[in-house]
Amino acid sequence: MDGRRLDELRPIKLEVGILDKADGSAYIEHGRNKILAAVFGPREAHPKHIALADRAVVKCRYHMAPFSTDERKSPAPSRRELELSKVIRESLEPSIMSEYFPRSTIDIIIEVLQADAGTRCAGITAASLALADAGIPLRELVAACAAGKIDGKVVLDLSDIEDKKGDADLPVAYMPKSNAIGLLQMDGSMTEEELKQALDMAINACKTIYDMQRDALRRKYHIERDDSETEEVAEVKA
Amino acid sequence: MEGLTVLAERKQLVGPGDVLAEGPYFAGENTYREGSKIFASRVGMADVIGNKLIVMPVKGAYIPRMDDIVLGRVFDIGMSGWQVDIYAPYPAMLPASETPMHRGRDSVRHDLRSIYGVGDLMIAQVIAFDRTRDPLLTTKGRGLGKVTSGRVARINNTKIPRVIGKKGSMITMLKKETGTDIIPGQNGVILVTGRNPDQELIAVEAIYMIEREAHTTGLTDRVKAMILERMKGITVGQ
Amino acid sequence: MSATHQPSPVAKLEQKTVRDLILKGKRIDDRGPLDYRPLTIMLGTVEKANGSAQVYLGKTKILAGVKVQVGTPFPDTPNEGILTVNAEFVPLAYPTFEAGPPDENSIELARVVDRGIRESKAIDLAKMCIDPGKKVLVIFVDVYVLDHDGNLIDAAGMAALGALISAKMQAFEVKGGEIKYKDTKIPLPMQNYPVPITSVKLDGSIIVDPCLEEEQVMSCRLTVTTDKDGNVCAMQKGGLGVFTPEEIKQIISSSVNKSRELREKILSKVN
Repeated sequence: MDGRRLDELRPIKLEVGILDKADGSAYIEHGRNKILAAVFGPREAHPKHIALADRAVVKCRYHMAPFSTDERKSPAPSRRELELSKVIRESLEPSIMSEYFPRSTIDIIIEVLQADAGTRCAGITAASLALADAGIPLRELVAACAAGKIDGKVVLDLSDIEDKKGDADLPVAYMPKSNAIGLLQMDGSMTEEELKQALDMAINACKTIYDMQRDALRRKYHIERDDSETEEVAEVKA
Repeated sequence: MEGLTVLAERKQLVGPGDVLAEGPYFAGENTYREGSKIFASRVGMADVIGNKLIVMPVKGAYIPRMDDIVLGRVFDIGMSGWQVDIYAPYPAMLPASETPMHRGRDSVRHDLRSIYGVGDLMIAQVIAFDRTRDPLLTTKGRGLGKVTSGRVARINNTKIPRVIGKKGSMITMLKKETGTDIIPGQNGVILVTGRNPDQELIAVEAIYMIEREAHTTGLTDRVKAMILERMKGITVGQ
Repeated sequence: MSATHQPSPVAKLEQKTVRDLILKGKRIDDRGPLDYRPLTIMLGTVEKANGSAQVYLGKTKILAGVKVQVGTPFPDTPNEGILTVNAEFVPLAYPTFEAGPPDENSIELARVVDRGIRESKAIDLAKMCIDPGKKVLVIFVDVYVLDHDGNLIDAAGMAALGALISAKMQAFEVKGGEIKYKDTKIPLPMQNYPVPITSVKLDGSIIVDPCLEEEQVMSCRLTVTTDKDGNVCAMQKGGLGVFTPEEIKQIISSSVNKSRELREKILSKVN
């Protein structure tokens, strides 16, 4: 509807490490979505009784700012936000090597500053970067994107207007290295064929987004090679 | 594909999920093996030592190791010792029996407070830490104990080796050029003691500069130049 | 119910460093007692909201959003629109900020920012009436703290002001008690520009715009909000320490003065 091809992503901008007090952070603009993700941890478990003996507890909070939507939204968490907090955690937790930090917690916080459909996917993309920025050991990054259906056609990355008019919405979170899907939801109506097509479309988009994530990390942490000064560093660590 | 990848060979910046090698290699720090391949788990510089792959991380939580010298702040006093915040995911404990002043008699709470109160800073050594319990500290040892003067700088613990430098070259230069004594804790907390606060401030600024530019070349020279410039306005040893 | 806050998570030695420097007339980041940290103001960052402003004050980062919607008026002011200010200390901003209903600190901040805007009559609420007694426009100001490095009140006040003065709403006319929107966008009926200035007392010295380390060591703070004519429209003292009357007068003078500089900076962004 906005002049894109059926399988074209909205413009994406990623920035890593923009907050000072968070251990890791990332900011994403995906279409008109503007989302901030931060990570604290690993840190001491609060309250103590939730701590696990063999790995870290991962907590995730997805929340929308009152001014992020067309109608002002009350700051109190809605049922939708609570549901999304859960599925987002379940898409990110598999990538976290939480067994390295028993009896601690890793907190992931996603705040939607402006929403335009696809916020949970953009949130996951940013949160995964925030986890990497925090130096938390990960198997790999997680990228996410949604596909859907409008006017009988399978289409990638619906914007808000398209979503409201559309027939189906399929958000997907994907880990390219493991070829694994960590988040999958669907609402609407699609034939089996359409669904498979949409799934492939979303996965391909995730691969593209994954490259953008790696690029964002590279831009933040470019390293100039210097053998003379870093040789000692290697010895200390080993 | 057998052997090292370009990333590992050329000591490039890698991120979680990047392939470092395939074949008969060992997965060292911040890497993991899956099938025949070795992957990075954190953002950092890849390196090869013999046939072991490691990643030197750019950022991350401090995980205590045996014998580490750390700087910590007392945040609670218990029956037989102090709880110390060593800026790690786990709170540390200094038992009264591990202080040089302990004479083996029953410790009463108010006796403990006269040695260390809440908010006191100390230099201690880690004597025990494993997956099942919090780190244990001692202050029996040369140079360990309460810190009563000086200025504190806090940087990411991954940058401490850079502050020390190859064979101590960086820290020796810092001490000499600023006229201060510098004690780096492995947990990223550094104590700077000088005869006047201006010297301490310059040393602290130099430390933060090293943290910001740790990934660049020629750092020692640039830091030295910065210090010399700043020291021009200072009368040393007031 | 309000309870004494937990002790500062800062080592005594670090607190001593801030204090020692203050006694020598210096600050931990080399500023003068009346210097603000570097200030960056960006307007309109959330295009979907009616108005928005992002303020970076040193490392403190605050985003304020303004939404204008139809609502019912308060019974005692049937002809006026409604202003409501809310603040969220979002968990991403600081390790100890927890998710949940606003705590006493974020409520105090929201009410102080609100007081400044309301008492200076910054918004002409009479122009926001649609159907007296039945329908009015409600202005929601939501202050979102994104990164806490001290002096949230001033940054929040400036962000709220920036969001309000750059806000755009659909032009409307009222016909027979019904609101009819027109094609054009108009700004909110702003007629004043309140700016809060916060000073803290630290070992007898008064300094402005405390950074986080200074806030953790201060004995008390005084926020003075001034309007465009140099009139004080709101004040708030916080913290367990005390001020002498002379100190208060001194702070009021310096705040009135300082607010001019900051107000100009904010207004210059709207064009």
